[in-house]
Amino acid sequence: MCPGGKKMNLPQVVQYCFAGITVGSIYAIVAIGFNIIYNTTGIINFAQGEFLIVGAMTAISLNHFVPLPVAILLAVVITTLLGGLIELVFIRRAQNASVLHLIVITIGISILMREAMLHIWDEKVRSLPYFTGTGVSTITIFGAHISPQVLWVLGVSAVIVMGLTPFFRFTLTGRAMRACADDRMAARLCGINDKWMVTLSFMLSAGIGALAGCVISPVTQTQYDMGAPLAIKGFTVAILGGLGNSMAAVVAGLLLGLVETFVMSQFDVAYKEAVSIVILLLILVFRPSGLFGKHEITAMRAV
Amino acid sequence: MTQFRRYIPVIAVIAAVVVLQVVLSATHATYYMTQITMSAYYALVVIGLCLLMGYAGQVSLGHAGFFAIGGYTTAVLTTLNLLPYRDTPLVKLCSSLGLIFQRQDIYGADILSFSPWVAFVAALLLAVIIAFLIGLPVIRLKGHYLAMATLGFGLIIYRIVLGGSIFGQADGISNIPPFMILDGLQVNGRVPYRVMNYYIAWSVVAAAMVLAINLVGSRIGRALRSIHENEEAAHSLGVDTYRYKLFIFVLSALFAAVGGVLLTHYNGSIGPSEVTVMKSVRYLVIVAVGGMANLWGALFMGIILNFLSLRGVFGSYDDAVFAIILIVIMLFAPQGLLRMPRLPALWHGLQAREDTAKPVPSEVEGMAVPQKQSGGSNG
Repeated sequence: MCPGGKKMNLPQVVQYCFAGITVGSIYAIVAIGFNIIYNTTGIINFAQGEFLIVGAMTAISLNHFVPLPVAILLAVVITTLLGGLIELVFIRRAQNASVLHLIVITIGISILMREAMLHIWDEKVRSLPYFTGTGVSTITIFGAHISPQVLWVLGVSAVIVMGLTPFFRFTLTGRAMRACADDRMAARLCGINDKWMVTLSFMLSAGIGALAGCVISPVTQTQYDMGAPLAIKGFTVAILGGLGNSMAAVVAGLLLGLVETFVMSQFDVAYKEAVSIVILLLILVFRPSGLFGKHEITAMRAV
Repeated sequence: MTQFRRYIPVIAVIAAVVVLQVVLSATHATYYMTQITMSAYYALVVIGLCLLMGYAGQVSLGHAGFFAIGGYTTAVLTTLNLLPYRDTPLVKLCSSLGLIFQRQDIYGADILSFSPWVAFVAALLLAVIIAFLIGLPVIRLKGHYLAMATLGFGLIIYRIVLGGSIFGQADGISNIPPFMILDGLQVNGRVPYRVMNYYIAWSVVAAAMVLAINLVGSRIGRALRSIHENEEAAHSLGVDTYRYKLFIFVLSALFAAVGGVLLTHYNGSIGPSEVTVMKSVRYLVIVAVGGMANLWGALFMGIILNFLSLRGVFGSYDDAVFAIILIVIMLFAPQGLLRMPRLPALWHGLQAREDTAKPVPSEVEGMAVPQKQSGGSNG
């Protein structure tokens, strides 16, 4: 530990920036997954992190038999279906449950998924191969050496975010989901099948989670119990941006990624986890509506 | 009379505990008592969490953290070797006050450390102070926010334990001395002390239950339930909701810390596995299975589930079993397994469904069977 600060030159700063943005964009995707489900149901899905790991693990297994792009595509489809199945089996039955009960149910689901993964894929750390090049190939930007996978992570995250915006704005399904988020009863009166919109929101956040899990897998590697820390960070980001606000989540995600990486560069790696938790506690205490949110709205929502 | 009636279950449980001990001793199956004793200490955490979650309606995913604060504080203080500092004024002062005692470790070397009583008091004080400081901001939060904040607290404690060399990191702390409560009465996990510790643990649990029952039946208990029903309404009726919630949060942390201290002395060791999120979730599962606002349900489920888990009945599916129990209970019997008064309603509900010729989900039937049987005597 050296709080005095290590001196950094430009390439190092760029290097850390890229590292921060990379993890940050993954946090943002997890946060968006939280937001999609929260918006349609008012539930925080504690199993969100597990979707990433299920997606990555499935792709790793499938990659033994089929080429990488096909494996990833199949993994995303399978995880999407799994997300829908979880909603149908568990969440739909608990429609009248209180928030306390719903929290408990999604916690149960996350443990169940983690234990299932432990028995299917054991404790070994695995990873997908690099999409382009190998673990040692780099691109040099401002003197910093960046793995091409970093560009993949950034690109895919950007595509997910860019894709979701028109989906929610212009397609009928996306608009129907937003209508459910606004006022579920009114949406139902307009003839929207709100139950299926909830299922769809679980499928959508499972799907983008799986995709994010796949692109990050070569960089961070994948282990069955990595979902919970990801969920905590994703939640921190979702709160930081204001629960339900996906665009703000992107900004908040990059912010957390950068802060975490620079703290890590100055302090012990052991404190990496603590950074986001401390930020989470601070933001919960001082600005529970997020950095960009209006106070009353979240205050009402939180009840 | 009503005062007395409240304690009838307590007396019944004490009788059952004694009968169980006699039976186990008679059948030479005393080894079961070890796990029952451990389960009883875990049940202390559950009773505290039941007050917080069931009665006040405030979720906590960080109670393993309070358990660990208790356990690790006593572990550190009673194993810290003060011998090199014997001549410093502070240690001399403590020594003259009788706060320090000398013993020999397993290799026969001398160790000078704080006596378990000092460690006990220090651990409880620390738990109360930390719970108060954490509770001050956190208990204002609601629903998901509170769940995540307490989860974050639990994770930080886990990280501290895992990263701090004083806490033994991944190995934890072992060779913790027994806790001499009085002459001849000690919390000690060794075989000759088995029956004694069985009764010590149950005495502590009985005391905790009496305290909790009285609390629930008191003005505070009514205030807590009003907060659970409708916090705004309670507030507008003049209930200082914040103060009550904070009080019950600190109290439940204290219960957890007591369990942590005693179990640590009983086991002679503590490790990071006691501090994981899964442990916190386990306590929550037990409260949920017991029926949330049901102290007896929490106690029974706390003993039974922990006992089965400690006996290794669930094998490598231990955590998965807890998760499945949790989900099934939440979906099909959110009032808990032991919630008798709800049974007639459930029975009518099932009949009504059959009347309308709707297919009854098989799981609901499966869940209802044990309830019907146990409820038969209830009318």
